Amino acid sequence: MVLRDIRGSIVAGVIFTLVLGLAIPALFTGFAQVAFPSQADGSLIKRNGVVIGSRLAAQGFAKPQYFHERPSATSPAYNAAGTTFANLGPTNPQLAKNVNANVQAILKLEGPYNPGLTVHDIPVDAVTTSGSGIDPDISPAYAQLQAHRIAAVRHLSLADVQQLISEHTDGRSLGFFGEPGVNVLELNLALDKLGGS
Amino acid sequence: MGQGIAQIGVYTIVLIALAYPLGLYMARVYTAPRFGGPWLDALERGYCRLVGTDRKKEQDWKSYAKTVLVFSIFFFLVLYAIQRLQAHLFLNPNHDAAVPPHLALNTAASFITNTNWQYYAGESTMSYFTQMAGLALQQFVAAGVGMAVLAAVIRGIARRSAGTLGNFWVDLYRSLVYIFLPLSLVLGTILLTQGDPQTFGATVSAHTLEGAVQQIARGPVALMLAIKQLGTNGGGFYNSNSAVPFENPNGITNFLEVIAILLIPAGQVFMFGKMVLARRHAAMVLASMVVLFLIGVAIAFPAEQHGSQVLRASGVDITQGNGQSGGNMSDKEVRFGIANTALWATATTDASNGSVDGGHDALTAFGGMVPILNMFFGEVVFGGVGSGLYGMFFYIVIAVFIAGLMVGRTPEWLGKKIEAREIKYAAVGALFVPTMVLTLTAISIVTKVGLASIYNPGAHGFSETLYAYTSQSNNNGSAFAGFGLTNFSAELGAVALFLGRFVPLIAALALGGVLGQKKIVPASAGTFRTDGPTFVVLLVGVILLTAGLMVFPALTLGPIVEGLTH
Repeated sequence: MVLRDIRGSIVAGVIFTLVLGLAIPALFTGFAQVAFPSQADGSLIKRNGVVIGSRLAAQGFAKPQYFHERPSATSPAYNAAGTTFANLGPTNPQLAKNVNANVQAILKLEGPYNPGLTVHDIPVDAVTTSGSGIDPDISPAYAQLQAHRIAAVRHLSLADVQQLISEHTDGRSLGFFGEPGVNVLELNLALDKLGGS
Repeated sequence: MGQGIAQIGVYTIVLIALAYPLGLYMARVYTAPRFGGPWLDALERGYCRLVGTDRKKEQDWKSYAKTVLVFSIFFFLVLYAIQRLQAHLFLNPNHDAAVPPHLALNTAASFITNTNWQYYAGESTMSYFTQMAGLALQQFVAAGVGMAVLAAVIRGIARRSAGTLGNFWVDLYRSLVYIFLPLSLVLGTILLTQGDPQTFGATVSAHTLEGAVQQIARGPVALMLAIKQLGTNGGGFYNSNSAVPFENPNGITNFLEVIAILLIPAGQVFMFGKMVLARRHAAMVLASMVVLFLIGVAIAFPAEQHGSQVLRASGVDITQGNGQSGGNMSDKEVRFGIANTALWATATTDASNGSVDGGHDALTAFGGMVPILNMFFGEVVFGGVGSGLYGMFFYIVIAVFIAGLMVGRTPEWLGKKIEAREIKYAAVGALFVPTMVLTLTAISIVTKVGLASIYNPGAHGFSETLYAYTSQSNNNGSAFAGFGLTNFSAELGAVALFLGRFVPLIAALALGGVLGQKKIVPASAGTFRTDGPTFVVLLVGVILLTAGLMVFPALTLGPIVEGLTH
């Protein structure tokens, strides 16, 4: 009896591996490449034929003329081939250290452009690591906080920058599911198009 | 929080509305002598001939269990070999090296048991061949095994004076071909259109706007994601699982992926009702699940919205509104926010799924306690595909038994007398895994090698350990992911994975087997009714008391202590 089970397992194993493990995924990949090539390849964005990123991955903006993303726990930061959580528990002193360091950095960077800025004005997503380490979005609140800096550095009117933010805010899917977010890479690309220094 | 509550409410309604027709369909899959027209029937006949089984010949519970074991061990060996040999196999464009032996052992055990606990980072460890023909294949097959066993156990409950439960090879085939494959193709296609990659192309180097080089991992993701969610598997292509935009790009994919977690588990309750012709009883079982599910969300969502101690002390703005979702955003994604991450954390541990759309290690103390409790119940709140409902059967038998003791009558369930043997199998099925969880957690906590896995200091480190062995023993696969891989944790985990899968599975088949041999006794005035709201109260009470009381002392050492500190 056991021998028959072993024989059955081997035959079924071969069948399932060939069909479910190889043939169907291969056919599905072929279908994906033909029908939805952009998504299937990773939603890559190209400029002059060069891949400059993916709309689904934060890439680590640090210069003052760009909107910045959320902190990342990957190594190196914003590694889209090494996603990870920070895994720091809710009472971990290291978490407090990291959050406070992020707060100080934001106060220093945004303070000059936002007179009277205090820690209480910083939205929580700005100082916490994301789940993936490559969260492409920031909250609309964090984008508004950065808008003053962008306008000043790029010599644009605040209204123009805010207009751009609202154009690049993805609302809830179908107006209902999930939370609104601002895709930072797309927003920054739009900024570059708009000009300013 | 109103919008979040509305999303959770809509979720629950859509889930039940989709699960109902699916359940009736699945009942047909497992009861029709021929399914799906002459062409499909010929395909099934051909498969049976190759495998060497006569599909009219059924197996008794012992033979069924033996085939399941042999089949699972066979694939365990294959999956181990694939990981060790992946460097020499094809579809390895990123030149991933062989998976180290201890990791390969734990991972093979993890995927054949429908667990998908991951001590590795998928995008940097596993070749496309391993992901596709190794891991994702097991996401189909192990899920199919669970459903096959459930179908067999239900037949035992439905039949009278019968010696057999069904033919494993046919049940497995039908689970795969008529349930998991079509649903996966549909969900996979939707995910693809929204941004899940599906390519054999290698990792890309992008030249960022600021002149840096960024590596972007891709691969055959979309189809794997579909079966990962639908088969209560949970093992992601990427390390951060469904928190990664390439697995879960937006609010709509998130909604569909959480629906997929509980779709078949909820559907199988309707399937049960149809197969045993006891729809009102099944509705009460479902109601008990909904109650426990809502209790979980009702704790996790406010706990996460309230924020963690560190974030509240930091002074940053964690209030919801004004363009942010606020709350404990540590290791969470903006596009999901608090409500959807709390909902996911609850659903994924109600079922044996274990996928996550945010980091569980960073959950607040009470937000993180809900997943531990859910898993400790044995994942019977909807539960794993197959395993969730047969796990619930253990509790139902115990509940009926207790009710019988209270009224002084021989307990009955759906016309079958519950006697010593049934109680024994149910008790083993319900109590073995919780006992093992506590034992393994204790071993890990009192040994140096065990402590080496802990990442966070203090009570949270204990929670990490408790979570790890609760998750692996109950075949969930989610983690407080700071918990690290050592040779010891890989081996102890493998023990938990194997025993946690196969002891309850065999107990369930045994229960189905002995129930199948019984006659039906007509209901009398003294029969405890299992088709009314009293039964819901009793069943929920039994689950909370048996498993809840067992884990309570451990919870006080972990999440409860942590929740009470400032």
